Amino acid sequence: MLLTLTTTHRPATDLGYLLHKNPARAQVFNLPFGKAHVFYPEASAERCTVALLLDIDPISLVRGRGAILTDYVNDRPYIASSFLSVAIARVFGSALGGRSSERPDLVDESLPLTAEITALRCDSETSVRSLFEPLGYEVNVEPSDTDESSARYRNVRLVCRKPLKELLTHVYVLVPTLDNRKHYWIGDDEVDKLIARGEGWLEKHPNREFIVRRYLKHQRNLTEEALARLRDDGDAGLGTHATATVGTASLGDLRIQAVVRALTDSGAVRVLDLGCGEGRLIEALLRLPQISEIAGVDVSVEALNRAERRIGLERMPDRQRQRVKLLQGALTYRDARLAGYDAAAVIEALEHLEPARLGAFEQMLFHFAKPETIVVTTPNRDYNVNYVELADGGLRHPDHRFEWSREEFASWTASVAAAHGYAATLEPVGDVDPALGAPTQMAVFKRCN
Amino acid sequence: MQLEIPDFCLVLLVGASGSGKSTFAQRHFADTEVISSDACRGMVSDDPTSQAATNDAFDLVRYIASKRLAARRLTVIDATNARSEDRRDFTRLAREYHALVVAIVLDLPERVCRDRNATRADRNFGQHVVRNQVRSLRRSSKSLRREGIRYRFRFQSEEEIDAVEVKRRPLWTDRRDDAGPFDIVGDLHGCFDELLVLLERLGYQVQHQNGQFKIAHPENRRLIFLGDLIDRGPRIVDCLRLVMDAVENGSALCVPGNHEVKLLRKLRGRNVRMSHGLDATVAELEREPADFRECTAKFIDGLVSHFVFDEGRLAVAHAGMKADLLNRSSGAVRDFALFGETTGETDEFGLPIRYDWASEYRGDAAVVYGHTPVIDAHWVNGTICIDTGCVFGGSLTALRYPERELVSVPAVETYYEPVGSPRTTFNQTTDPHLLDIEDVHGKRVVNTGLLPNITVRAENAAAALEVMSRYAIDPRWLIYLPPTMSPCETSAIDGLLEHPAEAFDYYRVSGIERVICEEKHMGSRAVAVVCRDEEVARKRFGIERQGAGAIYTRTGRAFFATGANADYEKALIDRLRNAADDCGMWDAFETGWFCLDAELMPWSMKADDLLNEFYRPVAEAARLGLDQAKAALEQAATRGIDCSLLLDEMQDRSTMVAEYAAALQRYEWPVESVNDLRLAPFHLLATEGAVHAEQDHGWHMERLAELGASDDVLAPTAHRIVDLADRESSDQAIAWWESITDAGGEGMVVKPWAFVAKKGRTLVQPAVKCRGREYLRIIYGPEYTVEENLRRLRQRELRSKRSLAQREFALGLEALSRFVKQEPLRRVHECVFAVLAMESEPVDPRL
Repeated sequence: MLLTLTTTHRPATDLGYLLHKNPARAQVFNLPFGKAHVFYPEASAERCTVALLLDIDPISLVRGRGAILTDYVNDRPYIASSFLSVAIARVFGSALGGRSSERPDLVDESLPLTAEITALRCDSETSVRSLFEPLGYEVNVEPSDTDESSARYRNVRLVCRKPLKELLTHVYVLVPTLDNRKHYWIGDDEVDKLIARGEGWLEKHPNREFIVRRYLKHQRNLTEEALARLRDDGDAGLGTHATATVGTASLGDLRIQAVVRALTDSGAVRVLDLGCGEGRLIEALLRLPQISEIAGVDVSVEALNRAERRIGLERMPDRQRQRVKLLQGALTYRDARLAGYDAAAVIEALEHLEPARLGAFEQMLFHFAKPETIVVTTPNRDYNVNYVELADGGLRHPDHRFEWSREEFASWTASVAAAHGYAATLEPVGDVDPALGAPTQMAVFKRCN
Repeated sequence: MQLEIPDFCLVLLVGASGSGKSTFAQRHFADTEVISSDACRGMVSDDPTSQAATNDAFDLVRYIASKRLAARRLTVIDATNARSEDRRDFTRLAREYHALVVAIVLDLPERVCRDRNATRADRNFGQHVVRNQVRSLRRSSKSLRREGIRYRFRFQSEEEIDAVEVKRRPLWTDRRDDAGPFDIVGDLHGCFDELLVLLERLGYQVQHQNGQFKIAHPENRRLIFLGDLIDRGPRIVDCLRLVMDAVENGSALCVPGNHEVKLLRKLRGRNVRMSHGLDATVAELEREPADFRECTAKFIDGLVSHFVFDEGRLAVAHAGMKADLLNRSSGAVRDFALFGETTGETDEFGLPIRYDWASEYRGDAAVVYGHTPVIDAHWVNGTICIDTGCVFGGSLTALRYPERELVSVPAVETYYEPVGSPRTTFNQTTDPHLLDIEDVHGKRVVNTGLLPNITVRAENAAAALEVMSRYAIDPRWLIYLPPTMSPCETSAIDGLLEHPAEAFDYYRVSGIERVICEEKHMGSRAVAVVCRDEEVARKRFGIERQGAGAIYTRTGRAFFATGANADYEKALIDRLRNAADDCGMWDAFETGWFCLDAELMPWSMKADDLLNEFYRPVAEAARLGLDQAKAALEQAATRGIDCSLLLDEMQDRSTMVAEYAAALQRYEWPVESVNDLRLAPFHLLATEGAVHAEQDHGWHMERLAELGASDDVLAPTAHRIVDLADRESSDQAIAWWESITDAGGEGMVVKPWAFVAKKGRTLVQPAVKCRGREYLRIIYGPEYTVEENLRRLRQRELRSKRSLAQREFALGLEALSRFVKQEPLRRVHECVFAVLAMESEPVDPRL
C-alpha cells in the first residue's frame, strides 16, 4: 500500500519536478479502486522522499457473481500489488513515460535512488533478488515475520543509480510478477501495456520467461469459480485439475506411448479413455486409423473443454469428428454409455480416488462396463525417492489420495483380476531403476471368456 | 351388449370405410385414447384422405401408440385394420409393451357403408374400395385368434352396435386399491414345520378342522405366498393344503413359482423330467386322493403371474419383475415372473446364469420376490429377495408390509443338498449400492414432501458430480446434507449489519408465535452418522470395514480427511456411541443408528489451510502496511504538512485490523487429542423408522442434552425460548445476544419452535442467523464497520439465499425420510446430490 522513493541527488527536491508533484503539499488522486495520496515525509536539498500511499476501497474490490468468500477478506488493500502499478501509471504517469517540463535534462540522467516497497507479497527473498539484482539493484529484504520461511510479505528496499523512469518501470512490472495472484486490472489492455513496459530490458532479463508466464496466469473462468465455491473450506490451496507435475514431460509421453501400444496390441477398435483430462491419449489414438471410436470421459467439464480445444474437435472434418465422443462421467458411478467398448484406458486417474471408493470404481469398470482390455497406469511410490521434492515422503500431486508401491499395485491388480474374471500383466513405464522400478506402473487386464 | 375389456390394452377397431369406427370410438373412448389414421394423414399432409401420406401417417400412428403403451395407457387404433398384415404391426407393438390386444370388428353390410360414404363429401372414392375392404375383412377375420388377439368382438348390424356398452376391468395383476397389511412369505418348498412357526411369530392363528386349514389374524393381516410351495422338502402336501385353503377363504394370496408350473404340466400328463425335487411332490401327491390332485391343478392354473398393490407401491412375483413389465400382461411377463431373466448362458454346473435385473431396477414399486436363494434378505434398488433357502438349511423369511420388517425362522435341518457349490445356491447380489450416472446427470426434478418439483439445473448437476465423485465420502453414509442458512434482514442500527430484532420481526410477520434462539457455535458444520456397531453399519448402510459411523462436512467430505486427523473420526464416533449407551438411546428409540446435525469446534480444525492461506495473512499484511504508512505520515507531519486526517484514518484502520485479528483468534485453539475437540449437536435428525422433524426444537435440545450429559466433548447448545408476542421476552433474548456478541461470540440462530413451520401453505425459513459485529469482520473484511462501508453493505439481497435455504431444507429432510423408509440408495442420493448442486448456485457467499 506504500511506495517511497528517496534521492540524494543535489538538489534532492528536483524529485518534485521529475514527478510533477509539489513537495510542500499533500495531494489526493481518485482512482477506480480508491484513492492515492502523495506526500513528502522528507524534502531537503540533501535528501528528498516521496510517498505514494494507496487507500484501496475494500468493498468495491469484489464485483460480479463469481466471488468466493475469501475474496472479501483480502490482503489487497494493504500490500503492494498490481494496484500499485496502476497507481504509478496514473499518478506518476509523466515520470514513468520519461517526460518532465521543468527538468527535461534529468529524465535520462542516472540518479542515486532508493525505493522502498511495503508489504510485497512474494514466495521468498530469493525470488525478489532474482528479479531485481540482474537489473543492477542492491536489494535489501525484510520479512514480516521473524521466521523467514513462514513470512508471506516483505518490505523491500532497492538501491540503485538509474534514471527515475527506469526504476518506476521496473517496479511497475515486477511487483505484480512477484505477487503472483489474481490481478485486478482495470481493463484487458493493461496486460498489453505491461508487456510494452518491458521494452528494452525484459528481453535481456535472465528470468524473462518466468515474468511473462506469470502475466498470463490467473484468468479464472466461470466454471472454475463455480467449482471454487463448491470446494470446501479445507482445501483452498489445492489445484482443481490434477496432472502429475513431477518428472520430465517425457514421462508423460512415454506413458501415452505405452498405453497406445497396449491398446493396439489388444486389437481394440472402440476405446474408452476414463479420466481423459485434456485429451493427450485421444490425440494420440486419433492418429491411428484402426481406431474407429474413442470416448473420452472426465468428471471435470473444464477438462473436457480443454480436451475439445486440444484435439480441435470444432474444426475437424465430419468423418474424423464422429470418431470422438467427450462425456462427463465419474469413475464411481455406473454408466450405461460406457458399455460395449473393446478397451478402456485409465491413465493416472486411480490415485485421485479415495481408497474407500475404489470398490465402486472396480464395479463400474470391471463388472458393468467390462471391456475386453483394461489398461491402468499409476505412479510407483517406490520410485519417489528419486525426486528431490518428494524426499520427505510427499506425493506427486496434492490431489493424490494415495500412491502405491509396486507390491501394493500388484496385489490390487491380482485381486481385481481374480474377482472379475480378468487376467493381468504388469509393465514398467519410464526409466527403470534397478532397485526401485520405473516411475510409472502399468497393468493390462484381459477379460477371460 | 356389454363388452368387457381390460383397462389397459390396445384396441383395434376393424371395419370398412363407412362402418362407423370413428363414431364408435367417440362414443366409447376418450378423445385422447383414440389414434385415428385419418387424423394422422391430416397432420403429416394437411389432407386427411391423402393415400400418398399412408406410410408417414402410419409411422405417426405407431409412434403415438408406442408412447401411450409405454406409459400404460389404453389406446384405440381407429383405422380400417381389415387385412391381417395391417393388424400385424399393432399386435407386434402390443407385444413389445406387454399389452393385451382387443379387436372390435364392425362387420356391417357393404351397402350400409357405401350409403354412408355417399353422404360425405370427402369419401368420394370408387365403390370397389369399400367392397375390397369388406372382403378382406371377412376373409381374414377368422385368423384374429391366430394373430394373438385375445379379445375379439364382432357386430354385424347397426342395432347391435348401438346396443354396445364398453366396460373396463382391471388386469388380474392389478390390485392397486388393496393396501394390505400383508405378510409376504418366501419359497416354502415343503418346509411346513418352519411355516407354522413363522405364522405363529407373525401373529396368525392356524386351525386345522375337518381336513381344512383356517388362518386368521387379529389385525386382519393377510399372507402372500411367493410360489415354489412344493418340491424338495418334507411336507409338500401340507404346504399345498394350507396355502390353497387360505387363498380359498381370502386370508392369503399366492403367485405361481416355476415349480408349480412344472407340476401342472406333469399333472396334465405331459412328459417332464423328474428333476429338482419334483419326485418328492409326485410321491406325496400319489398318496392323496385323485380329486386333490385335480384341485391342485386347478389351483395352479388359476394363479396370476404377479400382483401390484397399494397404489403401485408394492409388487410381488416369484422371480421378480422389471418396471417395464409390471402390471402388464404377456407371455414374457409371465415368464419373467416365473423364471426371472437369464443371460442364456449356463455355469459349470449346467445351471442357468441369472441376469441381475435388480441391479438395474428403477421402478417406483417395491418388488418382493423369491426364487433365488440368498443368505440374507436385503434391499437392492427397492427390490428384495426373501427366499433365504429354508429347504437348503437356510431360513424361512417373511416381509411385513407396510412395516418392511423381516421375520425369519431357521430351518430345522437341511432337507435338500444343493447342486453345485454354495456360491451357486446362495446368490451373491452385486453391490447394490453402486449408483448410476443416470440418477444424477443432467437436469432433474426432485419431488419432496415439503416442496414439490425442485429443479436441479444441468450445469449445477455437472459441478456437483465433480465434487461428489472427487471429494465426497462413500455415498452410503450420505443420508443428509444440511441446508444453507439465511441471515436476518439487515439492521439499520449504527455500526451493525445484523440484529435479532429483524429475525423476530420476520417470524412475527410469518405468523410464528414462539421461536428458539440457539447460540451459534464457532466451528464448522458437521453431520454425524453413528451406528451402534459395525454390524449395523453393514446391515443398515451396507458399509463394511469403514468403521461404525462417519462425520462429514456440509459438502459431504470427510471431516477428518488426512493422516493423523483420520483417527479423530473414529475416536469421536466412539465417544458418541458410548454417550448413546450411557443415556439408553438405542433402546429408547429402538434404533441401531442415529444422525446428528452439529457444529464441530474449533474452526481451525477444519479450516487451518484457509486460515493460513487467507485469514491470517490479511492481519499480517495489514499490520505491516499500516505501520509503515503511519510512520511516513508522522514524518511528513513533522515537516508541517497537513495530513492529520489521513493519519487518524490510518490509526482507525489499525484498530479495526487488531479487532479482526482478535476475532480470528477465538476460532483457533490447538488440538492434540480428541479431548480438545467439541461437537455441539443441535438436531437429532433421524433414528430407525423416524425423521424427527415432527418434534419441536425443545425436544431436540432435551434429547441432545441427555446424549451429551456424560461426555465433555459433546458440547451443549445454550438457548433461549422467546414468545414473540411478549416484548419483554424478546428484549431478554436481544440482551442475551448482545452479551454473547460483545464477548466476541459468533451470534445466534433463531428457529421457529416447530422444526417445520409453515405460513398457510408456504414454508417459513427453518432458521435465520444473527451474527455478531466482531465475527462479521471475518466475513465482510476487517474494516466493514466504517460507516461508509456499512452503508453500502446494507444493500444486500436475501431472496435467492432464502429460496435456496428452503429448497435445501426440503431436500435434506426428504433424503432422510427416503433413507428411513428404506428406499433405494439412488433415491436418497438424488436428494443429497441436489443439495450439493444447489450450493453451486452463485449467491453472495457472505450471507
